[in-house]
Amino acid sequence: MKIHEYQAKELFRKHGVPVPEGTVAFNPDEACHAADKLGGYPVVVKAQIHAGGRGKGGGVKLAHTADEVRQHAAAILGKPLVTPQTAPEGRTVRKLLIEQGLNIEKELYLSLIPDRATAQVIVMASEAGGMDIEEVAATTPEKIIKVMIDPLLGIQAYHGRQAAYGLGLSGPLSKAFMQLLNKLYALFIGSDCSLVEINPLVITTQGGIIALDAKMDFDDNALFRHPDIFAYRDTHEEDPLEVEASKYHLNYINLGGNVGNMVNGAGLAMATMDLIKNSGAEPANFLDVGGGANAEMVENGFRIILSDPNVKAILINIFGGILRCDILAEGVIEAARKTGIQVPVVVRLEGTNVEEGRKLLAASGLKLMTATDLDDAAKKVAGIVGA
Amino acid sequence: MAIYVDRQTKVVVQGITGKEGQFHSRQCIAYGTPIVAGVTPGKGGEKMDDVPVFDTVAEAVGVTGANCSLIFVPPPFAADAIMEAADAGVGVIVAITEGIPVLDMMRVKNYLKGKPSRLIGPNCPGIITPGECKIGIMPGPIHKPGGPIGVVSRSGTLTYEVVHQLTRQGIGQSTCLGIGGDPVTGTNFIDCLQAFQEDDATRGVVLVGEIGGSAEEEAAAFITAHVDKPVVGFIAGLTAPPGRRMGHAGAIVSGRSGTAQTKIAAMEEAGIHVCRDLGKFGELCARVFS
Repeated sequence: MKIHEYQAKELFRKHGVPVPEGTVAFNPDEACHAADKLGGYPVVVKAQIHAGGRGKGGGVKLAHTADEVRQHAAAILGKPLVTPQTAPEGRTVRKLLIEQGLNIEKELYLSLIPDRATAQVIVMASEAGGMDIEEVAATTPEKIIKVMIDPLLGIQAYHGRQAAYGLGLSGPLSKAFMQLLNKLYALFIGSDCSLVEINPLVITTQGGIIALDAKMDFDDNALFRHPDIFAYRDTHEEDPLEVEASKYHLNYINLGGNVGNMVNGAGLAMATMDLIKNSGAEPANFLDVGGGANAEMVENGFRIILSDPNVKAILINIFGGILRCDILAEGVIEAARKTGIQVPVVVRLEGTNVEEGRKLLAASGLKLMTATDLDDAAKKVAGIVGA
Repeated sequence: MAIYVDRQTKVVVQGITGKEGQFHSRQCIAYGTPIVAGVTPGKGGEKMDDVPVFDTVAEAVGVTGANCSLIFVPPPFAADAIMEAADAGVGVIVAITEGIPVLDMMRVKNYLKGKPSRLIGPNCPGIITPGECKIGIMPGPIHKPGGPIGVVSRSGTLTYEVVHQLTRQGIGQSTCLGIGGDPVTGTNFIDCLQAFQEDDATRGVVLVGEIGGSAEEEAAAFITAHVDKPVVGFIAGLTAPPGRRMGHAGAIVSGRSGTAQTKIAAMEEAGIHVCRDLGKFGELCARVFS
């Protein structure tokens, strides 16, 4: 799960990681009020959306007076912000972060991520702050310092020294950095993060070290033990169909293509999407109904796929293992009857009780096209899309 | 011959009294797997059908001699269950549980370092040596006993799909296992490839991967250096957009890494026969393995 910058900074502040003074604002009046409270100009007006590259898209503005704050706020709020990381139509801005301006001496980069291969936490730090870190990694990998931390051991003083000296910090600044890193690590572990990124982490002309930006992603599987973080979820930042699907514990992702699909199992679902693409169509979605799907889940999945206006055909691909094909056929038939089908539906069933399942589908009177195997399913989808 | 599990395997099921644990334990027993014990804390002394239930894994192992554990414990408690099994000296630990937090698994992985236990999974369908034992949730009847092909995969139902196509072509399997769809798993492709390479009953290998991470690229490099048996591969997720988690926590293209294209290129470079059309997977295998 992603959260906004202002929410991440709230967590930083709570955990003792220095951040600039700032307040979230939902309209130009609030923005002006927030700016006045900061005790001096300039201030920074920052659009809050779940996508990076906001500066490049015009979503971050410097303001020297209250009037300028009002102007920028009015120009940004309620309008779509297009950045290199958003879809071409952009993302509507609903909130702003109004923050004190800083006198910046130097910009650094700092992030923590779990490394799947070694099962360690990687601290990545670089003097090349403010830039796209993937770009830095590709062009000047020597500018990135990596420190690996065993989660059983936790962060030690030498980890901090490796990072601080690697960044060329010394004296009180290196001490402040190591303190910040310790607190950030505690926050990372304590809230089950899948990413904490500060880009840039700035050194001010006054010699302070402050997180000018803050990005945090969380492990969805661990949200059950962090209700406070789950409360940060902003469904405005998600696709409406995906929000609807999440209510029924369906794993659905809208992909914008023309052939909808419903599959049991994530790997088979991805392979089915690829199969649709091979047939000359574009997958409209990813939908994994899981191994324990019941008639109700199938029905809701069906309804969500059909409510996508781009869908011109549907492919249902179920490998009934433990789940019997006749039970699944009943679910599909019930769902089709209740929701009605306006587009061709190809059904491919395989596995336990497959003959009974196929018989039920054939006898249902519904206009379902049954496929004997995956190859046949692909051909039928191609036939529909080509027609 | 087979890898990791065979007729000598004696299984303890952790979480045997839960809905899933009960259902799948019965299926495994019906397949012929010797399930000798169950563990559910607080239910020691009870029975699940004819299987004695214990409070702790150590007790179950001490009394029954179980050497393999099958785990159905819910995600919040699953990491603890895996470590308990390893602590009790269980040799092969198969964790079916889906949705274990990544940090929990990172701790488990580091805890297991230097211990003799092998963890398969989590978030996997388990392992089956057709005709000998089934330790997991896969449907038994789609498999064909007697070898000669080993199957290793990151996915569940996609594994059933390829196994089914193998069986339809008359090609049997030595051992089939899912290593799991999570970012951090106990056993990786390389472990399995090495075991299949050393297994006399295995004459060819099927490797099913998906987007995310770099396990397939590492497997390809290992095959170049150490595997002389023919390998047929498949990668799911060519159409997956970057930055989106495709169901499995591990299936995510992040930045420039983990794409299907780079994986397929690395696999083909290593001489793996990569199948581009899943509908014709069985036919390709029949050609390569004949």
